[in-house]
Amino acid sequence: MIGDFVIQHAPALLIAVPMLAAFATPLVGRLGGAARNAWVLAAMAATSVIGVMLAYDVYTTGTLIYTFGAAAPDAAVPMDSGGIPVRIIFTVDAMSAFMVIITAISGFAVLLYSMASESRASGRDGFYALYLLLIVGILGMVCTGDLFNFFVFLEIASLAGAALVAFRIDKGVAVEAGLKYAVISTIGGLFILFAIALLYGQYDALNIAVIASRMQFTVLDEIALVLLLSALAMKAGAVPMHFWTPDAYSMAPSSITALLVVASQASLYGVFRVVFTLYSVTLDYAVIGWIVIVLGVLSMFVGVTMALVQKDVKRLMAYHAVSQTGYMLLGLGVGLAVLGQPAALESFGLVAMEGGIFHIINHAMYKGLLFLTAGAIIYRTGARSLDKLGGLGHSMKWTMVFFIIGALAIAGVPPFNGFASKLLIYESVFLFNPILSIIAMVVSILTLASFVKVFHAIFMGPRQPEYAEVEEAPVPMLIGMGVLAAVVIAFGFAPQLVVDAIVAPAAAALANQGSYIAAVLGGV
Amino acid sequence: MYFDLPFIAAAVIATIGIITMLFRRNLVKMIMGLSLVESSVNLFLVSLGYRTGAIAPIFTNAPSVRMAMPTVQAMTLTNIVIGIATTALLLSLAMVIYRKYGTVNADDVRKLRG
Repeated sequence: MIGDFVIQHAPALLIAVPMLAAFATPLVGRLGGAARNAWVLAAMAATSVIGVMLAYDVYTTGTLIYTFGAAAPDAAVPMDSGGIPVRIIFTVDAMSAFMVIITAISGFAVLLYSMASESRASGRDGFYALYLLLIVGILGMVCTGDLFNFFVFLEIASLAGAALVAFRIDKGVAVEAGLKYAVISTIGGLFILFAIALLYGQYDALNIAVIASRMQFTVLDEIALVLLLSALAMKAGAVPMHFWTPDAYSMAPSSITALLVVASQASLYGVFRVVFTLYSVTLDYAVIGWIVIVLGVLSMFVGVTMALVQKDVKRLMAYHAVSQTGYMLLGLGVGLAVLGQPAALESFGLVAMEGGIFHIINHAMYKGLLFLTAGAIIYRTGARSLDKLGGLGHSMKWTMVFFIIGALAIAGVPPFNGFASKLLIYESVFLFNPILSIIAMVVSILTLASFVKVFHAIFMGPRQPEYAEVEEAPVPMLIGMGVLAAVVIAFGFAPQLVVDAIVAPAAAALANQGSYIAAVLGGV
Repeated sequence: MYFDLPFIAAAVIATIGIITMLFRRNLVKMIMGLSLVESSVNLFLVSLGYRTGAIAPIFTNAPSVRMAMPTVQAMTLTNIVIGIATTALLLSLAMVIYRKYGTVNADDVRKLRG
């Protein structure tokens, strides 16, 4: 049956479908724009369905192993290899499945939106080919169980991302942002490869589970950890390596910005995978935990203060993205800091991790939504400065509603999803260190202040003569925004359901290194 | 000592590359620096795979001596391909910037601020 086949080979199809579709896109584009759009939408829909099926499978039956080229997909260790998994293995645990779900939802909603937002642009064959390649890169990064494979997918995501940032040349400014993003990504990628070489040189393995089980934490391992952490934090846009974020996010086409948020979170996933799964028990928890916490607090605070003074609406939102990344680092950092103390981990560490992980999906949804509304405004008015915009509430009512939903969610106002995850973080972090919790709340208040200002500047006020002709955004854009807004509201009303179903297993999977290793190497 | 030479060479090349990237203001030269860092990582990878007295793992008529695992060589090849793609993308972006701005000096390519 085709259903069984898909389930059995879901991890491979998850990568193969969008990648083959991407390279076929320019060919299909020869048949005309409509055929190409249908092709790309069908490919993305198929990818999302496979992704959700895979995630469901993982949540019901546990960590899934897919060995490429083996007789059976779950034969990770060949009989005659001496206990070493020599093939490339995809290890999809609950945390990976969680990231796959995010990519599936965002990827599809954003693609729908881009059907309308890019309808006036040229070179769309290449645009959609790169779009699908970016999806391939993100999905590969979160699914793979092989360090070198992780590097390859990281490079695919980086190259596609940089090319998409620079896609609309825009008098060269977008290219400037794209060049910055490409250089940063390449340096980061080389750091990671160097770290992988250091690990390979010591442990003769590339598989994450094998390296984790052999980890000695020598001086070379410490160097590798520093290289991996700094490169991935840079790719995730954490302060003090955030300088590329506002440029790339503000100059990329709005649909791409929403997807770049997901790409950054795939790098964030890399950070967590490295500290929790690769190093885990060998790490001196408190020190590394505190480093991650300090990175998070700095990101929160610097991001929001820089955002307050911005005039460009997308640049402002980009700084907020930096700030929100801080919450995730804070939550997971607290979890890491108490990983070695079972009592503390039980009482608040796991909750903090759940808060941080829940915030990842919430952030992808509401920040994507906000970037899409900004894109709709720019699409209709051609203006992006808060000084010029005004009075759009009269003509773009739906866009305004979606903006309000996104803004309240990012500010952590109930009953939207941002509140649910931030509450988990506040409560648990307060038990760890009250000052951190208070900083997090202050940042939330500043975020609210900033978005009230933006809302007032764009939508309030009398109808302005130069925007008299402005209409509501096209229907596909509204549908794309509607999908994300629906998720924001649904997660806000039933947070406990979501936490129990997909977030708690993800947190447990990160905290439990042993089960990850056992899934690949066999029973322990 | 003799076997450390490739590692030392990799470190030297990486240092030259990073210094080039930090202190040259010409975008094309910065990209060249990046390529140097990439080459040093490649050199490092290949040197890791060297085993004294081992032969390439070709099994046809092979003498019965140790064979070297070709993993790092495969990794290096992959990285070379990725490097070509990256360098091509970076150079083409630099080319567009030169067309639009009339300069490739990093100090002048600064429209994005704040």
